[in-house]
Amino acid sequence: MTATEQVEKIFREEHGRALAALISQFGDFDLAEDALQDALVNALERWEVDGIPKNPGAWLTTVARRRAIDRIRRATTLERRLVTLDPPVSQEEPEMDDAQIPDDRLKLMFTCCHPSLAPEAQVALTLHTLGSLTTPEIARAFLVSEPTMAQRRARARAKIRNAGIPYRIPPIDLLPERLDVLLAVIYLIFNEGYSATSGDEPIRKELCAEAIRLGRVLVAFMPGNAETRGLLALMLLHDSRREARIDEAGQLILLDEQDRSRWDKAKIHEGIGVLDEALALNDPGPYQVQAAISALHAEAPTAEATDWQQIAALYKTLAKMTPSLVVEVNRAVAIAMSQGPADGLARLLQIEGLEDYYPYHAARADLLRRTNQLEAAAEAYERALALCGNSAERAYLQRRLAEMLNQ
Amino acid sequence: MQSELEWRVYLFPQETNLMKYLLLMYADETIVSKYSKEDFQAAASMQPGLSGLAKTWAEFVQEISASGALISNSGLAPVANATTVRVRKDKTLITDGPFAETHEQLGGYFLVECKDLDEAIRWAEKIPTAKYGSIEVRPLWSQIS
Repeated sequence: MTATEQVEKIFREEHGRALAALISQFGDFDLAEDALQDALVNALERWEVDGIPKNPGAWLTTVARRRAIDRIRRATTLERRLVTLDPPVSQEEPEMDDAQIPDDRLKLMFTCCHPSLAPEAQVALTLHTLGSLTTPEIARAFLVSEPTMAQRRARARAKIRNAGIPYRIPPIDLLPERLDVLLAVIYLIFNEGYSATSGDEPIRKELCAEAIRLGRVLVAFMPGNAETRGLLALMLLHDSRREARIDEAGQLILLDEQDRSRWDKAKIHEGIGVLDEALALNDPGPYQVQAAISALHAEAPTAEATDWQQIAALYKTLAKMTPSLVVEVNRAVAIAMSQGPADGLARLLQIEGLEDYYPYHAARADLLRRTNQLEAAAEAYERALALCGNSAERAYLQRRLAEMLNQ
Repeated sequence: MQSELEWRVYLFPQETNLMKYLLLMYADETIVSKYSKEDFQAAASMQPGLSGLAKTWAEFVQEISASGALISNSGLAPVANATTVRVRKDKTLITDGPFAETHEQLGGYFLVECKDLDEAIRWAEKIPTAKYGSIEVRPLWSQIS
């Protein structure tokens, strides 16, 4: 690895924490970012000659802090403010003491994910401030232009300042609902990388990795929170199937048709471990239940050998926690797998209000096919096709429809 | 660079740096009109022995006043009494009522001083109309940068 590559890797790893410490100290996103950028340029020059310091994160933070103070000093009208800042840093080589830099990332996460910010602003700000992706990478991942992404972020920052959004860990009575938003933002980032079938694959993979990284940070901050672990487990377990769910042509492969030998065993192992820790905290929630469902799939050697009975029971639990028609569809499919397609179909047909939801019609079509009602199945596949915009899933539906018509 | 820094202010609210917010109460007037003028007068009088809505209002106004957060507050006469004024090409246009048909109307306001948005939100959720209408929390223009 060249020095430049090494610096880049270190910068990705240390960026979030250094920025949080700087924003916390100076109370200014822009100043903190400019100063950190200065420090990076400085690091590129110095480390090339002197080698990488023992504690690069602390080095970057200390140098950036000094640059920030320089920048404020240059603005003479702000000199009086310096009294509230740290005493001037000596011009000597900065102390490499990591312990002196408080980890302020959690406070910053709560600021970036304040419910008064729109979800897309929460995502943009969280990724940019706490993550390790660059602005062009983030823009590419969300299929928007760089200026659009930059503008989203700028607006969100202005609102933080103008509306007085606090920078702190919320008081205990607000914590549960605020933490929910934080988890939702991380899961949204993950899903953007996982579910979207457009956009370029490497960057979407990086987006999932980023969400998992943020999830790990959050677990470290809130070790006693079960749902935080539940979310991390869910993301790890989903991500374990990443390589197996898309074929060479970029088409989506459904769960029961995936080559299970291509699932990432290490991720499954870790995900199940994290889920066990979550469940041991005895405070169940929707992320843990979804992770448990994902774990049952991950543990099954084949689609047929999956513990569908338990999955159906878990969907029932999930439906109680977060009632939704989508969960009901999944529950009906699990019932079809455990008790037979006729039972599943009966259950599915009880669900009302999903006329425009293609997975409902796709599930209905599959169950009609499996109960040998081929004409009705063909009709349902057609209905699903008319509603489905995802090319990979369209290909699957078309293949099934052709089978029906050729019978 | 210098001029850019000159207008930099501390991003996050400081303990000593209170912010002013206008809490705007929006609600469907047809719900509000269930209550008579006497109800509101009774609430405003804060007499002991109030009940129902009058009591809820009196207690809320008392709490927010005692906290020191309240700068001023008032209810507004129903929109039927509103007049809209526009000046276009030096010509004044006067029309009846509010400018748009919406199902929630501005019915009153509280001007408060708070440490940060979370504190303002706490007051907003205590305003009795929040239970059926909505409260818009707006920082004052003077403090934005």
